[in-house]
Amino acid sequence: MAIIVYAESHEGKYKKAAFEAISYAKIIADQSGESVTAIAINPTDSSEILYKYGASKVLKINSELLKNFSPGAYAKVIAELNDGDTIVLPATADASSFAPILALKSGFSLVTNLISAPKNLSPFTAERKSFSGKGIQTVQVNEGGKVLTILQNAYGTKENPVDGNEETVSISLNDSDVKEKVIKVEQLSTDKIDLKDAEIVVSGGRGMKGPENWGTIEELSDLLGAATACSKPVADMGWRPHSEHVGQTGKAISPNLYIAIGISGAIQHLAGVNSSKTIVVINSDAEAPFFKSADYGIVGDAFEVLPKLIEEVKKFKGV
Amino acid sequence: MKILVCISSVPDTTAKINFTPDGKSLDKSGVQFVINPHDEYCLTRAVQLQETQGAVVTVITVGDVSVEPVMRKALAIGANDAIRVNADSKDGLFVATQIAKAAKDGGYDIILAGRESIDFNGAEVPGFVAGMLDYPFINGCVGLKVEENSVEAIRETDSGKETITATLPVIIGGQNGLVEDSELKIPNMRGIMSARTKPLNVVEPEQSTSKISVSGYQKPTERGSVKMIDKDNPGELVRLLHEEAKVI
Ligand SMILES: Cc1cc2nc3c(=O)[nH]c(=O)nc-3n(C[C@H](O)[C@H](O)[C@H](O)COP(=O)(O)OP(=O)(O)OC[C@H]3O[C@@H](n4cnc5c(N)ncnc54)[C@H](O)[C@@H]3O)c2cc1C
Ligand SMILES: Nc1ncnc2c1ncn2[C@@H]1O[C@H](COP(=O)(O)O)[C@@H](O)[C@H]1O
Repeated sequence: MAIIVYAESHEGKYKKAAFEAISYAKIIADQSGESVTAIAINPTDSSEILYKYGASKVLKINSELLKNFSPGAYAKVIAELNDGDTIVLPATADASSFAPILALKSGFSLVTNLISAPKNLSPFTAERKSFSGKGIQTVQVNEGGKVLTILQNAYGTKENPVDGNEETVSISLNDSDVKEKVIKVEQLSTDKIDLKDAEIVVSGGRGMKGPENWGTIEELSDLLGAATACSKPVADMGWRPHSEHVGQTGKAISPNLYIAIGISGAIQHLAGVNSSKTIVVINSDAEAPFFKSADYGIVGDAFEVLPKLIEEVKKFKGV
Repeated sequence: MKILVCISSVPDTTAKINFTPDGKSLDKSGVQFVINPHDEYCLTRAVQLQETQGAVVTVITVGDVSVEPVMRKALAIGANDAIRVNADSKDGLFVATQIAKAAKDGGYDIILAGRESIDFNGAEVPGFVAGMLDYPFINGCVGLKVEENSVEAIRETDSGKETITATLPVIIGGQNGLVEDSELKIPNMRGIMSARTKPLNVVEPEQSTSKISVSGYQKPTERGSVKMIDKDNPGELVRLLHEEAKVI
């Protein structure tokens, strides 16, 4: 039997989240003597990269009906191709949306937002995020199959090259299976790094004083190959788009490095960023609560510190 | 137009989270419960549709009697009536089973639920309800317009936004942005008074068998103490991030 993974792509290109899901599936497969089969919808990337993370089979679906996302239709085709008892999905916006429907269609249990490798395979026992990162819940699947979603940047990727082969499969899908009709798509600019996938995030708060001052944040993030984020009031005031808002009511992220500039560190903000591996805080107020949740801190005016920091990063990068 | 809004009662966003000594459950002492923030955006949008398009808004919560104050708040914000399914909310599948039944029995046109609860972080309930009822499902919504027989919704994806249409009945997974923060309704005295007499119907749960169990909870490991770096020496930060933290 095979562990099935949904290898999510965006405009045909596989997402890092897909490699993470395959890496996670591969741990299960190795322990249970199974293999990993990836299912890809309308990919243009080569399958080689999926073999690198441990998928020995790639099932490719090319379908005009699946060009736009539809939770029910995506769940239907993956349920149809599944012949095992474990389906691993990335916890992306799309996969998180169809995971419950897929679980119902397969008669499987659903365990979402897993943060670390399984503790046990029988019964399947693993840790998942709860209380917006203020708690860790251990859950157990007592019997039957399971659909798992893996939180982005939590377990991470692990290369595990295998010999693989691909197959284009046909699926039975009708117009009526696609119940939602996408009439307009707005992409963030394509050179932007997906915030939830990003390994480094540079984030600004109200201490940045206004949208006109985001140039330095963007310069630093470009140098580091980072994504940009912001606190809630910054998005609410329209300084930055809402898609950048992180925290309890915004996106929850766990990059390797989170640099918070002019952000006080309110508990609702921390809930979305606390699982970042390393946190740097730059704030003019030595009493800002964020310093208590940071690994490195600089007390100083962002408008003085940032330009100097940018110079130092340039030196380090040799640019 | 009939709208059902699913309300989860969760610890206040500022609450410090602690677990009981056996690690089996949340230590509720001193914890204030509120409407799950994403649900509050959904509820506000529903009440706007009541004011502008004559929708009738029902809220539903699966929970024991302790969730009633949060439900009364939802009534004070403007919901017409409420249903409490009298049971512990064991897991997402159980909750969704109750909501799907109520949705079918009540003939609702739109079911609004939060994209994710801030306590269980399941992101399960709206999708399960959609799967159970086989309705169209639009998740992560940051905009919702309702016409005669259909909705037009804006969904936030990982890479941008999509505008989507679907025919009623429909399930919407809403989140912050569905209404502006400034539009969120703070109950006034009149709302609070009228909420006391609005119907809050208690119904008994449907059976649902779950194959999942929670073994326990832990707090995440605390970060070590912060290392402060002089503001005039940001080069030191770059060095530490490279050599010590190994993140750049
Ligand atoms: C229900 C609810 C949900 C919420 N959800 C979220 C959420 O998801 N995400 C979120 O971020 N917030 C959320 N909040 C808001 C949160 O409580 C805080 O109000 C918010 O995070 C504060 O944003 P801030 O740190 O940018 O601004 P402020 O609190 O105003 O802090 C600005 C900081 O900048 C510093 N500063 C000022 N000038 C400078 C300078 N020149 N150089 C360096 N530093 C400077 C100040 O010392 C201060 O610490 C939520 C609130 C509620 C009630
Ligand atoms: N006990 C409950 N009663 C009613 N609605 C709920 C309950 N739990 C969750 N929901 C709804 O489902 C959404 C997602 O919850 P969850 O699947 O736990 O992340 C919430 O935002 C609510 O709208």
